[in-house]
Amino acid sequence: MNWISEWALPKIKTLFGAPREVPENLWHKCPSCEQMIFHRDLERALHVCPHCGHHMRVGARTRLDYTMDPGWQKIELPKAPADPLRFRDQRRYSDRLKEAQLKAGQEDAVLVAHGAIEGNRAVCAAFDFSFLGGSMSAGVGEALVTAARLAVLQEAPLIVFTASGGARMQEGTISLMQMPRSVIATRMVKEAGLPYIVVMCDPTTGGVTASFAMLGDFHIAEPGALIGFAGARVIEQTVREKLPEGFQRAEYLLAHGILDMVVKRGEMRATLARIISLLRMPEAAAEPAVLGGTIALPAPEAGASAVQ
Amino acid sequence: MRHFLEFEKPIAELEGKIEELRRTTDAGGIDVADEVGKLRDKAQSLLRTTYAKLTPWQKTLVARHPDRPKCLDYIRGLISEWTPLAGDRAFGDDAAVVAGLGRFRGRSVAVLGTEKGNDTESRVKHNFGMAKPEGYRKARRIMELAGRFGLPILSFVDTAGAFPGIEAEARGQAEAIARSIEAGLDAPVPFIATIIGEGGSGGAIALAAADRVLMLEHAIYSVISPEGCASILWRDQAMASTAAEALKLTAEDLKRLALIDAVIPEPMGGAHRDPEAMLAAVARQIADCLDPLLPLDPATLRGRRRDKFLEMGRHAVA
Ligand SMILES: [Zn+2]
Repeated sequence: MNWISEWALPKIKTLFGAPREVPENLWHKCPSCEQMIFHRDLERALHVCPHCGHHMRVGARTRLDYTMDPGWQKIELPKAPADPLRFRDQRRYSDRLKEAQLKAGQEDAVLVAHGAIEGNRAVCAAFDFSFLGGSMSAGVGEALVTAARLAVLQEAPLIVFTASGGARMQEGTISLMQMPRSVIATRMVKEAGLPYIVVMCDPTTGGVTASFAMLGDFHIAEPGALIGFAGARVIEQTVREKLPEGFQRAEYLLAHGILDMVVKRGEMRATLARIISLLRMPEAAAEPAVLGGTIALPAPEAGASAVQ
Repeated sequence: MRHFLEFEKPIAELEGKIEELRRTTDAGGIDVADEVGKLRDKAQSLLRTTYAKLTPWQKTLVARHPDRPKCLDYIRGLISEWTPLAGDRAFGDDAAVVAGLGRFRGRSVAVLGTEKGNDTESRVKHNFGMAKPEGYRKARRIMELAGRFGLPILSFVDTAGAFPGIEAEARGQAEAIARSIEAGLDAPVPFIATIIGEGGSGGAIALAAADRVLMLEHAIYSVISPEGCASILWRDQAMASTAAEALKLTAEDLKRLALIDAVIPEPMGGAHRDPEAMLAAVARQIADCLDPLLPLDPATLRGRRRDKFLEMGRHAVA
């Protein structure tokens, strides 16, 4: 963090082009405010723009690193049949899938892991939007069902980080049937008396939103995340109206009662840990905590139960 | 006046000729009974061969045929003592979703469906079968009601999909659909869904997370419309017919993929050419599916329903 890296270099670059000794990928341009950010600063800020607070999309692995305690373990997932419809548009789906798998180093769009969040045991499933738009495939359904089963087995809460454009069109009605399938996964967790928390990241749309993502005990979203069922363009074409400011953004959903809270990436880990411990360790004596700059007031009975 | 689809043009021409000849006879001209009979045979055989090998795109057009029997036609034909119910108890009533109680072959049932309407006025009234959150919330309410009183649930699905609108999003369209799917999966009573026309994406599965999912022979059931798929994957709406092929959205394909439970054959030339026969066939199939489910206890029903959906997409089908 110095003047040169923070301000001068980006300006020099925009004026004269990138100096040869500085590879282009060391600098990132914020898609929101368009300012340049040095890669190390961006990583330190958990891929949140230090200038405007824009939450950039991150991959599943990075997401888990940012949220879970070190040492989380990836779960091997049962393999779903690849290309069940032998779908071909301008390209073969099997080729698209192979390419995505090679690039991402994972079988499908969701990574499942178990570990802890500030010491609280948890099972997490994280979507990777860069994997075919985080779209819902049989493999994604498999990941969600596996995560739910693991949570039940470990008596751990299930936390799903969503990022999805919706259906995997190349899997047709099989993709559609992952909606009821994923809903069953949420039922398994809830019936076992375990918390099911959804963290909606940018973007969360279509069939993912209209199934497991909207059935959480808690709905959290990252600031500015696009969340909705229908695509903005489809809505505009249908109703022929201009969409309201901030439409389908996390803050809009919060105002409409669809979310519990909008939480910055840097506060996600502590927030999740607090929710889990409130639910799972109701007897623990709590110090009046200072979180996010506000004082959390104890509930009227909190003192009494803490004495017992 | 009969509405002919583009690919039915040769049939339409033959039927036009028959009509013309009959008018000549009526006007006291020469007797043309022989000629009419021959033409009628020809038209019938053309209809049979055309409908025996409809392409997925042609089936899409038949599934959306304006004269095809709609949800309310099935309710009028199959359900006695029909008692419609209304409202989601929170915001309003959505006429795109029809829900109520009645008797199917003497037995009390809860009935749900998406209604497209059959003329301009009713289409507007029912919002072309595209439901809003209050519609799915009404569906969920009726499913829960059915569960409390042990009534089997019958649904008739015919929708292009959930309504894409600003207000619908603001009131939680996604949540309403998710809860409706959940209510179907959790129902402690037998649940039979019939895709009678268009099974459009989330708006369809919201009313079809059932023990038995039946599909009419020329109905379609898909995650996206062929036009929508074509414009996204081919960047060309004109490729809709190719997309329809690739999406495997026909009853035959979906039965083979084990995503639906049974295909109900349609009268020759499609449901709209003989609605009475279609209704009778649907009633028979529903009764056949319902009977073995009636003795099952709630836990068994729910368990088997879950197991069925949990398997979907797990196995490759050649
Ligand atoms: Zn920025």
